[in-house]
Amino acid sequence: MTDNTLPTCLIDGEEVPFTPGQTLIQAATAAGKYIPHLCWHPDFAAHGSCKICTVKADGRFGAACTIEARAGMTVENRTTELDDKRRTLLQLLFVEGNHFCPSCEKSGNCLLQATAYEVGMMSPHFDHFYPDRPVDASHPDVLLDFNRCIMCELCVRASRDVDGKNIFALSGRGIKSHLIVNSESGRIKDTDFSAGDRAAEVCPVGVILKKRVGFAVPIGGRKYDVSPVSAQVGAQAPTREEA
Amino acid sequence: MADRKLRVATTSLAGCFGCHMSFLDIDERLLDLLELVEFDRSPITDIKHCGPCDLGLVEGGVCNAENVHVLREFRKNCKILVALGACAVNGGLPAQRNHLDLRDILAAVYETEGGLARGARIPNDPELPLPLNQVHPIHEVVKIDYFLPGCPPSADAIWKFLTDLIAGRTPHLGHGLIHYD
Amino acid sequence: MPATMTTTSALQSVLARQGHDGTRLMQILRETQEALGWLSPPVLTEIARDIGWPRARVESTAGFYSFFHTRPLGRYRVLWSDNITDRMLGNIDLMQAMCEKLWLEPGRVSEDGLVSVDTTSCTGMCDQGPALLVNYRAVTRMTPRRVEAMVDLIRAETPVAAWPAEWFAVEDNIRRKDILLGNALVPGEALAAALERGAAAMLDEIKRSGLRGRGGAGFGTGLKWEACRDAMGEAHYVICNADEGEPGTFKDRVLLTRYADLVFEGMTIAGHVVGAKKGLLYLRGEYRYLLEPLESVLAARRAAGLLGGNILGQPFDFDIEVHLGAGAYICGEESALIESLEGKPGRPRIRPPFPVTHGYLGQPTTVNNVETLAAACLVAKHGGEWYSKVGTTKSAGSKILSVSGDVERPGIYEYPFGVTVQQVLNDAGIEGCTQAVQVSGPSGVTLGQNELERRIAFEDIPTAGALMVFDCTRDMFEVARNFAHFFAHESCGFCTPCRVGTTVVARLMDKLATGHGSPYDIDEMFKMHRLMQGASHCGLGNSACNPMFDTLNKFRPAYERRLKSLDYEPAFDLDAALSQARQMTGRDDAAAHLANVEES
Ligand SMILES: Cc1cc2nc3c(=O)[nH]c(=O)nc-3n(C[C@H](O)[C@H](O)[C@H](O)COP(=O)(O)O)c2cc1C
Ligand code: SF4
Ligand code: SF4
Ligand code: SF4
Repeated sequence: MTDNTLPTCLIDGEEVPFTPGQTLIQAATAAGKYIPHLCWHPDFAAHGSCKICTVKADGRFGAACTIEARAGMTVENRTTELDDKRRTLLQLLFVEGNHFCPSCEKSGNCLLQATAYEVGMMSPHFDHFYPDRPVDASHPDVLLDFNRCIMCELCVRASRDVDGKNIFALSGRGIKSHLIVNSESGRIKDTDFSAGDRAAEVCPVGVILKKRVGFAVPIGGRKYDVSPVSAQVGAQAPTREEA
Repeated sequence: MADRKLRVATTSLAGCFGCHMSFLDIDERLLDLLELVEFDRSPITDIKHCGPCDLGLVEGGVCNAENVHVLREFRKNCKILVALGACAVNGGLPAQRNHLDLRDILAAVYETEGGLARGARIPNDPELPLPLNQVHPIHEVVKIDYFLPGCPPSADAIWKFLTDLIAGRTPHLGHGLIHYD
Repeated sequence: MPATMTTTSALQSVLARQGHDGTRLMQILRETQEALGWLSPPVLTEIARDIGWPRARVESTAGFYSFFHTRPLGRYRVLWSDNITDRMLGNIDLMQAMCEKLWLEPGRVSEDGLVSVDTTSCTGMCDQGPALLVNYRAVTRMTPRRVEAMVDLIRAETPVAAWPAEWFAVEDNIRRKDILLGNALVPGEALAAALERGAAAMLDEIKRSGLRGRGGAGFGTGLKWEACRDAMGEAHYVICNADEGEPGTFKDRVLLTRYADLVFEGMTIAGHVVGAKKGLLYLRGEYRYLLEPLESVLAARRAAGLLGGNILGQPFDFDIEVHLGAGAYICGEESALIESLEGKPGRPRIRPPFPVTHGYLGQPTTVNNVETLAAACLVAKHGGEWYSKVGTTKSAGSKILSVSGDVERPGIYEYPFGVTVQQVLNDAGIEGCTQAVQVSGPSGVTLGQNELERRIAFEDIPTAGALMVFDCTRDMFEVARNFAHFFAHESCGFCTPCRVGTTVVARLMDKLATGHGSPYDIDEMFKMHRLMQGASHCGLGNSACNPMFDTLNKFRPAYERRLKSLDYEPAFDLDAALSQARQMTGRDDAAAHLANVEES
């Protein structure tokens, strides 16, 4: 044991200590070990929907953000089998929406893109859905481009749990799931959303974008230009300056 | 693969030639490359139709009937076919028209847009290739063996990719070389 | 745009009846829609204000369920049940005929806002199809003549209540009774026996009986009740799962029609065992017509002292409420069902914690299938020992099967566990040769001809009760394709593999169906199966590829004969992709077309 006061589990053959009640991804993150993820964020309750953090714990598939670490648990994480599944899941997310990175402000700071780089996704593979999704530019300070939404509900959680505003929610079902905002008009300008909200910072992709700060950092200096996502475990989501 | 030069063809479909420019950006390494490869149809030769090749590099997505014909010709003749750059990989910028109805686009561009000559109409010359309802990545039309993303892929990425391929390795781009933008 | 006066008063009476309680949002939305026709943006705003919820959460729920509309869909909404059994009975031709007579396209509302016609997932009338719902009322046995008459009534704007009653007749079609359907219990008899035993002793009897859940998973009912009883909480709840959405399943409908007392009595016994005061029955929206009859059974039981305070003179209070769903198969999954009961979209929760400790309103809850609860009455009356002697060692008791498809006598068949599939087929009557039997619906298993001696039992073929029979003339590819579309339509959308994967698979099946498929597409299907089976959040995604996997393994020629070539095929119809440009240029020369198969 690395710390004989704490129990440990084994992730990819390495002992990882945990405090009882911690999930696998929490324990791994605290130990500086990267488990790929999108909808999980250290500051928010686990959501368990993107399934990118799927690992094999004691031989069974499960989301590392929802599995509690247990002493002696053997966990496979960055195996070829699991990274293959992750790549397929990422490809599904890319074809489900409209992701044209060259014209996206989030490029270089985007967790979806960085995770796809990390697992070597060379193409979206599947046939594209090219859905018709709206852009909402009605708010003076923030733009919403739903073409890139991955339904992670981080904005939903941030607005509800931190900002206390409930600006966002998911509606629809199945492939028709989509983000809505809290107004009768359906437009963000008619809500009390503000650029200072936590929900304005938290989107891992390029949906919730602050106006007038796009493309501020040149290519080469952006968050994931500097180092891959796997080398930034524990780093916070991009702040106002970076995004 | 070493006893004769690899024959390589390249083309640009619905692309901007940016990927080709990036290819030329490999600079003096181009000379090393020419030790190993020779070019069939490509913007740097005068060959109009692709003949049997070892490797085909396709830039750009598929936006019209002609693109389909060229792409099929490449697929038929190239042992290995590579999607080069963002537009070939996912349709890229041209595919951002996909949520619009092509009929509305044609009408707007040729008939209703301000500044058009009176009586302007949509060209119907049989010499002109017809546009497809939507722009598609090339893997939705023919089988693609390898993908090299980027807008454009950097010269270093292209170099690494080609040298891996020529050496018989599955191309692998690490951090910094794999880019979608 | 403010809500108008009449809107407001209709809405206010609904809200008052539902106690301005957000957890009752499903009932609020349904009743509001029944009164107003659809759920307009101002109406949602007013509901949100009244129940004190953020508007986005109200819209989130309204947008999730197929039977709620946030835009007008016509004063007559006709939804054709689209299970494979309806297809085999010709529902698509009938729907087309209806649309033609109404000058409509499926899915579109007529220009005068009068009517819309569309398909919906299986409505649970497989033994008497083709079936449909008109304004969410079940209609069975559609024929070309009924289509014509119905179109006339719609055109004349005759209220649905004045339509011929026989159209709405639903038969029970009970063909074979065993210990459950043949019981001679009178209301209160099993409950009295249970109360006499006492809660702890009753629990022991349930454990001794070996009773396992009839909803599909076969979890030990005794263990579940015990875990719920032992869990700490402010209140305990009993939920009866009457969502019965698995295509081909209709046995719970018959239990609720003919044996409602038994089901409610089972719930009451469960309430006594786990220490609950309240029971909720979640009835699928397709069975809306059962709401009033069920409520009158509840009223009669209250009057007889079998529900309410001091039941049968004992210090035991318990009451039951019926909640209606609104067209979402996923709400059969127990944690999604609980979310729905709380007024939310039916998205499965993260488990653990399980409902037995953190269920309805976060309290200990036992969720049981209709049939499980009915069977508990037999245990209460006759004891666990008696019950465990029926069936097999690992599967005690009897199972009710819903048999449909190519049999002479579709309907309800009850057998002791261990019966062979062949025996069921013999009893239901088959002419000619049977090609396949789909057991337990699309998420179950496809059996081929050589597997008919297998047994209905948890240790061999577990089933929630559906048995769909396909004779040798049926196309098993089309069966699988129907199921693929079912899953794509019913995925809740929460997790990536199922939300996107079910649609990818349905599109692949369509590509094969239109003759554009290649072996690459078949490989893709296996790849999706491997992904979704391990990575999905709940049982829906985990089993969504089962029909493709089974039929590809057992009926591969049905796929192979559709392959265009052995080579890679384009994702889309190339020639059709030039259609708009041809239309706009008026060209039709050779260069204005593309061969879909490459000329070599
Ligand atoms: C997608 C899905 C749909 C389900 N549908 C039903 C259903 O309609 N009825 C039912 O009783 N159980 C259904 N279940 C199973 C329930 O989750 C739960 O296991 C069951 O209601 C427990 O009751 P039992 O122990 O009496 O079987 C479904 C499960 C899944 C994953
Ligand atoms: S959100 Fe990320 S993946 Fe999507 S287009 Fe923007 S940078 Fe690319
Ligand atoms: S907008 Fe961003 S944060 Fe919100 S659900 Fe979509 S991807 Fe997630
Ligand atoms: S598997 Fe499907 S139905 Fe289940 S949670 Fe995921 S998306 Fe929803």
